[in-house]
Amino acid sequence: MSVTGVETPSADPEQDAPDPPAREPRPRSDRVGYLLLIPGIVWLLIFFAVPTAQLVATSLYDPGGSLDTGYAMTWSFGNYLSVLVEYQQQFLRSAGYALTATVAAILLGYPLAYAIAFKAGRYKNLMLVMVIAPFFTSFLVRTLAWKSILSDNGFLVSILKAVSVLPDDGRLLATPLAVVTGLTYNFLPFMVLPLYASLEKIDPRLVEAGQDLYANPITSFRKITLPLSMPGLVAGTLLTFIPAAGDYINSELLGTPNERMIGNVIDSQFLVQLDYPAAAASSVILMAAIVVLVMIYVRRAGTEELL
Amino acid sequence: MSERAERGTSERPSEQSSLVSERAERGTSERPRRSPVTASRRGPVHWLSEHLVMLLALAVLVYMFLPVLFVLIMSFNDPKNRLAYSFDAFTWDNWLNPCQAAGMCESVTKSLQIGFLSTVFATLLGTLVAFALVRHRFRGRAAISLLIFLPMATPEVVMGSSLLALFTSARLAGSLGFWSILVAHIMFCLSFVVVTVKARLAGMDSQYEQAAMDLYANEWQTFWRITFPLVFPGILAAALLSFSLSFDDFIVTNFNHGNTITFPMFVWGSAQRGIPPQVNVIGAVMFLIALGMVLAGGALQRQRER
Repeated sequence: MSVTGVETPSADPEQDAPDPPAREPRPRSDRVGYLLLIPGIVWLLIFFAVPTAQLVATSLYDPGGSLDTGYAMTWSFGNYLSVLVEYQQQFLRSAGYALTATVAAILLGYPLAYAIAFKAGRYKNLMLVMVIAPFFTSFLVRTLAWKSILSDNGFLVSILKAVSVLPDDGRLLATPLAVVTGLTYNFLPFMVLPLYASLEKIDPRLVEAGQDLYANPITSFRKITLPLSMPGLVAGTLLTFIPAAGDYINSELLGTPNERMIGNVIDSQFLVQLDYPAAAASSVILMAAIVVLVMIYVRRAGTEELL
Repeated sequence: MSERAERGTSERPSEQSSLVSERAERGTSERPRRSPVTASRRGPVHWLSEHLVMLLALAVLVYMFLPVLFVLIMSFNDPKNRLAYSFDAFTWDNWLNPCQAAGMCESVTKSLQIGFLSTVFATLLGTLVAFALVRHRFRGRAAISLLIFLPMATPEVVMGSSLLALFTSARLAGSLGFWSILVAHIMFCLSFVVVTVKARLAGMDSQYEQAAMDLYANEWQTFWRITFPLVFPGILAAALLSFSLSFDDFIVTNFNHGNTITFPMFVWGSAQRGIPPQVNVIGAVMFLIALGMVLAGGALQRQRER
């Protein structure tokens, strides 16, 4: 945005004339700006902001109503308590799985991003393409592929049984491990790309300077590379954790009812049980929990400018 | 263009694919970073420590490619029974007659239509917003930025369910279908378009526009001859992103689809009964088209730079 400041004086002095004096040099405080904004912003207001408000309202409706009789607004805050008690396990499980998947994504994604940024040389772009490419195949088709790969008669289970990593009656599919594997896989690029973007910007001379001052590789990573890659790490963590916490495709396809996450609950409350107030209350809790976690995390990581 | 100047000084290899170039643009040069101390130690342990990161990275890439490889192989499968996931026999049948799976091609057509329309609308609306954000002054900037950021930070299940709650309370639940999917897709693609185009626009050097103005081009001419061509890669990337988001969306669609079956809905529906092998053909085709576009984009850019 600094770019636009330079442009102001020469660009269109006449057009700026009727506007109030600008405190910061920013061009064209004019009607055109609002005209450009209105269509998109109105769309987001009607189909994002209003529905979100409607969701909060729905969560406070009388739980005794139904779709046929309609719901009365009774400010039933009890809806929240009852879903929290009833689906406590699923809430905790979602948080646990999403957290595990995020940590796994960091452990897998960091070396990959690091290698692309510093070690790949002329294969850098090829490796970047390889990170992005798998994700053009449908999300569902890929998750179903995992279902087959992890299936009881699949090659992976046979190999693991042959080398006795897995007991003879052991399974991969329909376990928490399978769900976390799927979650990690599905959101890994969202970790790798921001990490790569911030690692890429690090001046290698800083690391060299550290080594000249007799820092061993571990120290120079801990004191130079890691702190400088924090913005990417924070962004990647958020981009992985948020969708993973709300996801229910992986637990549905790769897990059993014992691995149900809060997304599964919301889905079935809305579409099967048609219990709208409870469903809305669950959604609001999920969203509120994520917003709170994000705020705490971003504040602690000290990268407020991300938001 | 600042990126070009930077590239010139840094002597980096110029093979850049259009999709990834944005991230790579701000890159620094790649000089060998081996201090004399580490280079003097040799031997297998040293080799391993030197290449450990790369080996790990390659292992992660294998993990990322495993399902795609599986999809490619399974697209040639001739399964004996629909619930088995083993490779039974090789066949070209799935590729030659992909529409044999009942209802699949209709669902792909639906997804393409929705993907195309939501891409057009989201790209148009989002680009306008991005221009307003970067190039114009207005009140309530913080609130508008928040409104654009929030849809990207909201779990899809919340977005989908809140739209359904809205449609239900507006007594539209009975008529959900193509239009409601389209409305929802435009909504969640919009923010991504704004962010992508905004990044391109904000990183753009305005000296070309100033030069055009100095040479007596009017605003309109400057916009179409200078600004638009410079922003176009960002708009194109945003459009591709929108299309893939829309084409691939399941969760939001699942809440608002009525009786309309998109491709992900079809896959989901057939997952319980065992998916037909033709689904893997569609998955493979999507992958190959995307890969082709990325590679072609890279080749085009290389050519242009020469």
